[in-house]
Amino acid sequence: MAESENIVAETAEKIFADLADAQTINSDKNGSWKAPLWQALSDAGLPLAWVPEDCNGSGASLAEGFSVLSAAGRFAVAVPLAETMLAGWLLAQARIASPDGEMTVAPASPKDRIALNADGTLSGRARGVPFAKAAKHIAVLASGSNGFSIALVEAGACRIEAGLGLGGDNSDTVTLANVKPVAIKPAPKGFDQTSLMLMGGVARSLQIAGALESMLEISVRYSNERVAFEKKISKFQAVQHNLAKLAGESAAALAAATSAADAVANSTSFDDAFFLEAAAAKIRCSEAAEKGGAIAHQVHGAIGFTIEHILHRYSLRALAWRDDFGSESYWAVELGKLVADRGADELWPLVASR
Amino acid sequence: MTAALRFDPIRLPPECEKLRKEVRAFLADEIAAGTFDPHKPNREDTDAPEFSRRVGERGWLGMTWPKKYGGHERSFLERYVVTEEMRVANAPTRRFFVADRQSGPVLLKYAPEHIKMDILPRICRGEVCFAIGMSEPNSGSDLFAAKTKATKTDGGYLINGTKIWTSSAHIADYMIAIFRTSPPTKENRRHGLTQFLVKMKQPGIQVNPIGQITGQYEFNEVVFTDYFVPDDHVLGEIDGAWKQATSELAYERSGPERFLETYYVLTELVRAVGKNPDTRSAEGIGRLVAQLHTMRRMSVSVAGMLQAGKEPVVEASIVKDIGTVWEQQLPHRVRDLAAFVEENATNRETLENQLSFAIKTAPKLTIQGGTTEVLRGIIARGLGLR
Ligand SMILES: Cc1cc2nc3c(=O)[nH]c(=O)nc-3n(C[C@H](O)[C@H](O)[C@H](O)COP(=O)(O)OP(=O)(O)OC[C@H]3O[C@@H](n4cnc5c(N)ncnc54)[C@H](O)[C@@H]3O)c2cc1C
Repeated sequence: MAESENIVAETAEKIFADLADAQTINSDKNGSWKAPLWQALSDAGLPLAWVPEDCNGSGASLAEGFSVLSAAGRFAVAVPLAETMLAGWLLAQARIASPDGEMTVAPASPKDRIALNADGTLSGRARGVPFAKAAKHIAVLASGSNGFSIALVEAGACRIEAGLGLGGDNSDTVTLANVKPVAIKPAPKGFDQTSLMLMGGVARSLQIAGALESMLEISVRYSNERVAFEKKISKFQAVQHNLAKLAGESAAALAAATSAADAVANSTSFDDAFFLEAAAAKIRCSEAAEKGGAIAHQVHGAIGFTIEHILHRYSLRALAWRDDFGSESYWAVELGKLVADRGADELWPLVASR
Repeated sequence: MTAALRFDPIRLPPECEKLRKEVRAFLADEIAAGTFDPHKPNREDTDAPEFSRRVGERGWLGMTWPKKYGGHERSFLERYVVTEEMRVANAPTRRFFVADRQSGPVLLKYAPEHIKMDILPRICRGEVCFAIGMSEPNSGSDLFAAKTKATKTDGGYLINGTKIWTSSAHIADYMIAIFRTSPPTKENRRHGLTQFLVKMKQPGIQVNPIGQITGQYEFNEVVFTDYFVPDDHVLGEIDGAWKQATSELAYERSGPERFLETYYVLTELVRAVGKNPDTRSAEGIGRLVAQLHTMRRMSVSVAGMLQAGKEPVVEASIVKDIGTVWEQQLPHRVRDLAAFVEENATNRETLENQLSFAIKTAPKLTIQGGTTEVLRGIIARGLGLR
């Protein structure tokens, strides 16, 4: 990791540690922690990390931005940071300047489509759009007769039906009925909906991996505190083995996610190798969220099932993030098709190319 | 704490890709010449001396070792590429693999100079086969219960006792073994074991083959009766083998051989499924490939740690735990998915034969080289739980 990458990540870590401590957030029923956190993140230029300076952003590298998302995952942060970063990144693909304030991206599911009409307006429906209710603007990827376009849309111009994701964060349905965009430009050559979904998937993979790191940490800590049968439960072999498995899932998720992030940060095209990395990360991290989250809960016993305990902040969000930008089943089918299409003898060369 | 579990996204440098092409071309030539059939993992490949020599000639043995011992001073990442290409091709590596991975590095660290000069160049030429003598009838997971005794005598030691499950002992020229030189102490039950270099095919050693459920004969019982080992064949510290044995483990536990042993069934499934898989097959293959890719990235990352001079014992244990559980489940998952493959898939018979062999192989994968339970104990220790 480069020096500057560390500085951006450290800035994010420090802000989260100061203003997004899981225990404080969990006991704050009014959400009064949100505004100061967002302010601090904005002051540090993090939401627009991936936007070039001449487009109103802070011009951080992809790698720097990814390390911010890892940190956000470790704190299971429930503000639209990842979403605003993705929106800014998407807009920057078409050199559309980013506005200030919270943003999100649509569509957030590979099967939803938003169409660019002949009169320049946008129509369509996108489900499961994270934080749409909280967003001032939405970065939209639209398909028209001349391929894909990228547009900036005011959230107020869309119909937004609030939905709630597993983690308790908004996951909304956004309907565009002949919405006139604030700005619209053609997407770069080769950029399509799969590109957006893969990028979103990598962001979610890093967040899931971060949440798993935290679940491992609090589970180990808890097992060293909780006493049963006159011993710390960490001394029982069955508990140790469960935690060792959780460590494996956490390590696998982190390895898959950071490998995919590294692939995105250093690649110039959305080719098969990139597809393998990003799709594999989303699949493997989602599997890890399921297996690892279950162990973290098991180790915590009933206390981890309470709303007072912080574990659910990580476990439910990690589970919820599986669904955004294509679930693991979706990407597994797509990856399987790609592998089948290339043929048996090309499988190993593909894997070994990474 | 979690910092210890970072697997940095190490990429293989360009020289590795050049090397990979050379290895693939070499293996293609060997296959064309009939040395081995890549679709048949279940051959009797106990011995492929000529193949070993040719691999040695190419400079692919002792790759990371100093040149003065016949090594090639190349990187762990280059060695990694050679290992994985050989595995994926199902090449007959049994004869040289243990020496290259494990025994050579032990000799490099602990053998006296004249022994290094004698044996290491021969390993690099692919001329010698090694076995590992750790397990005994009452000492497997609990390595430190080993009882086979080394008694001091004039100029060396007399060995009495039995090693078991010793892979390749029937074809090996040497074994690196641990024997008891003192009883364990109260404070340290690991104390009292010493590592020795043992010359096979000498009086006082009897190798008895043990059949396996796959129908193969790969491991053995090895009985020592007043077998003489000279003093200069002691490796490292007397009574201190436990320290040495644990540092060997990172080499043994993280390589591509720890998740690729049943890989061939996945290739054959993809072949059987064809270009237009149904949703079920596509999803099944996609998940398996994602899991494989992730493990390989972790394994490459550990190779990078070894290259950087670290001893990633916990990380290596994680790779072996996840990797062996995966390669164990793989044939069963492939069997599930193959149930819907067209009856007339051209490779149906190959796939069925491979599955039958891989399913029979599967039970051992989470036992050899340290059981799942033992590995999880090591990981738990790394987490600060014990
Ligand atoms: C194919 C194959 C090749 C091998 N090749 C070699 C070789 O070349 N050289 C060599 O020295 N050995 C070799 N081995 C032996 C191998 O290292 C041992 O089998 C292994 O260490 C387990 O020991 P064991 O078989 O005695 O089982 P045991 O130690 O008896 O274990 C039986 C079961 O009990 C569990 N168990 C034991 N202790 C604990 C504990 N403390 N906590 C929880 N569970 C526990 C184990 O995990 C296992 O599930 C080979 C084994 C196989 C299968």
